[in-house]
Amino acid sequence: MGMAPTSTVFRDETFRDDFTFKNSPETVLRAPFPFDQDEYMYSVNMELHEAGEKGTAFEKPFDVDEHYVAEMRDRALVLEEDPMRCQSLPHMTLAGWDTLELLMENLSESYPEWFVLTRDGNNWHWINRPLDIDQKFVFGDESTLPYGPMEYITRQVQGDFAILDERDDNLWMDAGMVTTQADWSLDFDIGMNFMEWHAPVPLAHEKGIFKRALKYLMSIQQGNPARRLNWTMTVNPRLDTSPENYHQWGVENTQVTADNVADKLFLRIELQTLWRLPRSNAILFPIRCYLLSMRDISTVPKWAKRFHRVLKTLPPQLSEYKGLDNYRQTAVDYLLQFDDGGETTLGTAPE
Amino acid sequence: MSSETIASRPVYGSLAPVESNYHLFIADDHGGAAIVELAQHLSSDFWTNCEIIYINSQPNSASDHSDAIEALQCSKFYLGASIDAARGRISNSLNRAKMGTQIYLAGSEQLLNVSTMLVIEAGYDHRSVQTEQRGSLARRVQCVHCKGITPDVITQPTVCSHCGLLLLVRDHYSRRLAAFQGVNINAEYPDDIPETVEAFV
Repeated sequence: MGMAPTSTVFRDETFRDDFTFKNSPETVLRAPFPFDQDEYMYSVNMELHEAGEKGTAFEKPFDVDEHYVAEMRDRALVLEEDPMRCQSLPHMTLAGWDTLELLMENLSESYPEWFVLTRDGNNWHWINRPLDIDQKFVFGDESTLPYGPMEYITRQVQGDFAILDERDDNLWMDAGMVTTQADWSLDFDIGMNFMEWHAPVPLAHEKGIFKRALKYLMSIQQGNPARRLNWTMTVNPRLDTSPENYHQWGVENTQVTADNVADKLFLRIELQTLWRLPRSNAILFPIRCYLLSMRDISTVPKWAKRFHRVLKTLPPQLSEYKGLDNYRQTAVDYLLQFDDGGETTLGTAPE
Repeated sequence: MSSETIASRPVYGSLAPVESNYHLFIADDHGGAAIVELAQHLSSDFWTNCEIIYINSQPNSASDHSDAIEALQCSKFYLGASIDAARGRISNSLNRAKMGTQIYLAGSEQLLNVSTMLVIEAGYDHRSVQTEQRGSLARRVQCVHCKGITPDVITQPTVCSHCGLLLLVRDHYSRRLAAFQGVNINAEYPDDIPETVEAFV
């Protein structure tokens, strides 16, 4: 895959080694801030994935932002080191084609200046200008693409992707592209059902969250995608916080200090969307990651106040599960200076 | 233990033979007692359409039920020395099994786990298999870092037999790999070596 020189639109930056990742002020403001109130607890926070306001991450069905080219470069590096981050069980190829179609259609409609899809029956022509890709292929014929259909297209779209097969009243994670994950292993979890792959999450099972979420997911129909937000925190703007490499990056969790917290510690937001696929009846589950440094958050008064309160009151089991214990207090101390104790308005918008 | 379990961890039951044209039992060590106990409630006809694969890892010990099982005179009997040694034989029997064959697993958690994996590989639904846990709770552990599987793990934490990292053995379990997940326990504080305790016996 050729990588075009980065333009003024797409930042030339890294998510590893020298960590040159940075958000522009506009990208900070359009982030999908996940807290609509001053405390956080699990909930089935699903809503329809409808087009949102201009200048938000919800404006288009699949958000492409200034980090696009650099993220795709990072994904290619991960896959070069560990190709098992992309796996598909044998019965999932049709769902892979569904995925390719959904993503190509949406990207070319949302961003015609960057992506062009031309179709003549099964003869397709795909142009991806930011990544300098020009590919003619036969839809449904794997031999005409350099990778399987899911791998081919998800090497060109930000965020992780899981594909869930529906059978026996459950959803089975039978395929995925996972390189920007919050510490879970596709290689271990592939083939598990919805309850099984969420097994390690504390508190939510007891609250019946997953039972209700599963029911909601299975009711999703083609053309009516849904979304929810999830979050954790990450030290350094590292996209690939995989369990596979945890023995290498884990030590960074202990390196946050009062002096470096503003630029070293990040709120990691996951915009999860859910799409029923037409031929396979599987569900595509993209998990798009947004990183906001503590300094980024401090530039939005409402978010700084609210995140201070959320972190301060977070139940200890959640803090431990999300791996925040090493630096949570340092973050709370830093954010305190931005919290005047005043009321915050409802909703997630920056005001 | 059941109150602490998590959703990916298998739940085992007790064997209850059902009507079928053929029965396939896979058992090891103390699991043999489950078969012998069943025999007390079944007519001897039952064993005429029945295959038993019994793994006897400690011959002539309290866990050796091979004589009593052989005495059932089932239509096909195989005595194996270890799960690994019997894997090909188990798969062979599963692949030859006719439609409607009822599968029963009894014994150590590793026997149940590996056999279930082989059952799935042979194209069966894991839920159609009956299981009963007897004896060792030693675990097969997959190191999430190097992907190597360490069998017979009884301690928490444990050392990966492939890459040498010290692993926290989680309850998170993969049926496909027949393994629990092991994650480096001292990645954040490399000098912090927790005490090793016997946890899975």
